[in-house]
Amino acid sequence: MAAPSSSNWVMETAHDVPHVLAVDDNLIDRKLVEKLLRNSSCKVTTAENGPRALELLGLTSGGQNSMNGRSKVNLVITDYCMPGMTGYELLKKIKESSVMKEVPVVIMSSENIPTRINKCLEEGAQMFILKPLKQSDVKKLTCQLMN
Amino acid sequence: MDVGQMQRQWIDYTKSLFLEGFLDGQFLQLQQLQDENNPDFVVEVVSLFFEDSERLLKDLTFAIDQNGVDFKKVDAHVHQLKGSSSSIGAQRVKNCCIAFRNFCEEQNTDACLRCLQQVKQEYCLVKNKLETLFRLEQQIVAAGGSIPTELSFSG
Repeated sequence: MAAPSSSNWVMETAHDVPHVLAVDDNLIDRKLVEKLLRNSSCKVTTAENGPRALELLGLTSGGQNSMNGRSKVNLVITDYCMPGMTGYELLKKIKESSVMKEVPVVIMSSENIPTRINKCLEEGAQMFILKPLKQSDVKKLTCQLMN
Repeated sequence: MDVGQMQRQWIDYTKSLFLEGFLDGQFLQLQQLQDENNPDFVVEVVSLFFEDSERLLKDLTFAIDQNGVDFKKVDAHVHQLKGSSSSIGAQRVKNCCIAFRNFCEEQNTDACLRCLQQVKQEYCLVKNKLETLFRLEQQIVAAGGSIPTELSFSG
């Protein structure tokens, strides 16, 4: 995993259960990340693409934030390679928004490409994780976020 | 066969799948995620993998069959298959996909055709192996036993 050296990021949680939005176009990966996060005591919502994720985060113009008020998202974890909107583009949109820019965004990818990793970190990604995801990756992630 | 024998058979069979390279450590990750709350997790994820892969292989066959092969599309399908096979630990399928993607990049139709055949073969093999494994599990559970949670690789 790659993370900025001053990892001073904290996930605000409602009732101490982090709510994570997991974005991935691959069905198997969605199921896996969901289980891994649940095992780390997170509440999980999944989305299969960037536009749907933005909708759920309440960042689409005129769209209803289906999670507003009841369940604020504390962390977004997204795949990099997705058709249409990439994880990088989703990251940018989140960081550009006034409402959600403080929410940590983690990027996952099956490809270890330094320029890709740096690009994401520079755009404000908190962490870059290589796929396939393991329990230890997610535990490390949630531990850091809870401190 | 008593439960103990069935369990030993399951252990031996699982070990062989790792030794022969059909599965890698990621499959162990899946097994470790299975618990009392999710007793069928592995079967569920692997079943999703089977459905998803069959769809992708069909799409791949169609895409490669075209007169002007759209290598970008072919690569996109292979990328998906590589991702899901990697996530469940289907190592040989994943490795086929890696080679396949290289030939997509080279826009080498013949090599891609060969890769597709190989991927289909490896997929069939691992599907059979996993279905056999799941049948063994069902037998153990039906006989009142539990599926071993520890796979010690010594002896």
